[in-house]
Amino acid sequence: MRVTITVNDTEQRHEVEDRTLLVHFLRENCGLTGTNTGCDTTSCGACTVLFDGESVKSCTVLAAQADGHAVTTIEGLSADEELHPVQRAFQERHGLQCGFCTPGMVLASVSLLQENPSPTEREVRDGLEGNLCRCTGYQNIVDSVLTASREEAAR
Amino acid sequence: MIPAAFTYRRAESVDEALRLLAEHGDDAKLLAGGHSLLPLMKLRLAVPELLVDVAGLRELAFIDDADSAVRIGALTRHHDLANSALLTREVPLLAHAAGTIGDPQVRHRGTLGGSLAHGDAAADLPAVALALDAVLVLRGPDGTREVPAGEFFVDFFETALEPGEILTEIRVPKQTAGWDFQKFTRRAIDWAVVGAAVAGDAVALVNMGATPLRATAVESALAAGASPAEAAEHAADDTSPADEPTASADYRRHLARVLVRRALENSRA
Ligand SMILES: Cc1cc2nc3c(=O)[nH]c(=O)nc-3n(C[C@H](O)[C@H](O)[C@H](O)COP(=O)(O)OP(=O)(O)OC[C@H]3O[C@@H](n4cnc5c(N)ncnc54)[C@H](O)[C@@H]3O)c2cc1C
Ligand code: FES
Ligand code: FES
Repeated sequence: MRVTITVNDTEQRHEVEDRTLLVHFLRENCGLTGTNTGCDTTSCGACTVLFDGESVKSCTVLAAQADGHAVTTIEGLSADEELHPVQRAFQERHGLQCGFCTPGMVLASVSLLQENPSPTEREVRDGLEGNLCRCTGYQNIVDSVLTASREEAAR
Repeated sequence: MIPAAFTYRRAESVDEALRLLAEHGDDAKLLAGGHSLLPLMKLRLAVPELLVDVAGLRELAFIDDADSAVRIGALTRHHDLANSALLTREVPLLAHAAGTIGDPQVRHRGTLGGSLAHGDAAADLPAVALALDAVLVLRGPDGTREVPAGEFFVDFFETALEPGEILTEIRVPKQTAGWDFQKFTRRAIDWAVVGAAVAGDAVALVNMGATPLRATAVESALAAGASPAEAAEHAADDTSPADEPTASADYRRHLARVLVRRALENSRA
């Protein structure tokens, strides 16, 4: 089928098999390889993207379901060379080590802060429960999200 | 993992979805949030030939005040249940339980109707619907019928939904008594090993048999004047929990007694 998805503000129109998963559409049809596949079973969150502004696991969404909708991947988060506040906070607070979980972690954090701009530490931990990180032990990720929320509040 | 090939159709109305189901019979499946069905299809445990996507049917996504009840469209997502002010005020058990499902990403996709129609005894909302005496509205080619939650869950992943029927609405009486929801998981986003929902004197169990269950022995004990702690001793009576390497049947029976006691005590605190 032909699907049209607005990915990072650009219309992506491609002919795909009906069974194509959104993560494969993004990586293979759009060439946007920032979205990683980790577990492929809806558990790890590495494939998290924003679907109409809300976090979803793109390994468990069909490209067909996203037809006519807007998707944001890590590539679309920052305008020009300017990092998104959440990306900047991850950089400043060392919220990543190998970086594999990071695109999903950042997008889950953006969605979390949109719903709850001033979360407590507990709320950040709960809000990121769908994203696994093998490296950081999470502390610096939580610090990064709290830093981003404080910086946004101060603006 | 990629599902076996199928044809995707997006229904523009409930009538169109009903027609597609009628035309394609057993080869067709409804797709709501896809967060139970797509994982099964990726494992090829489900191989439908036609997916009828109903997720976009706004006519089935609502939470309305209806005097003594709240009417909820089957396609209302877990995220919207958890964040509804009306539900938090009038049916707090449902709003709370929806907020404990999976993780935010799962709650952004999964729906109340999908959760009930899937009929998984390990899922949270079926037991909650039982405890709340919800009524499910099913629409089929021959019209609409109402099924009490107590008659909806028939067996292992089997519900009262007939082929060709769609669950359109869930009616939940407003809560007037204390409530609590207890869920024991191994890790943050896991399904409940065992769960317990209490609404007033109604007690329901997650994952203690082939279907979600009302803990009738606990309810009878309460009616006969037992204390919450005494009544909770009956939480595993007449249940048949799964015996698995990660959780034996005995362990589940123990958990049921502990969780029901906690839920009863909290609901009365
Ligand atoms: C990682 C992960 C963690 C999860 N954790 C939990 C948890 O902790 N607790 C919990 O309860 N659930 C959990 N779930 C399941 C989640 O809640 C699902 O969203 C839900 O069970 C199914 O809803 P859905 O809208 O996604 O349905 P789908 O997957 O789209 O459909 C499920 C089934 O119901 C049928 N169906 C859907 N809608 C209707 C309808 N309106 N009428 C008739 N039939 C219909 C479909 O044909 C299909 O057979 C989890 C899922 C994942 C992936
Ligand atoms: S790859 Fe999608 S959740 Fe792990
Ligand atoms: S930084 Fe390596 S997995 Fe998170």
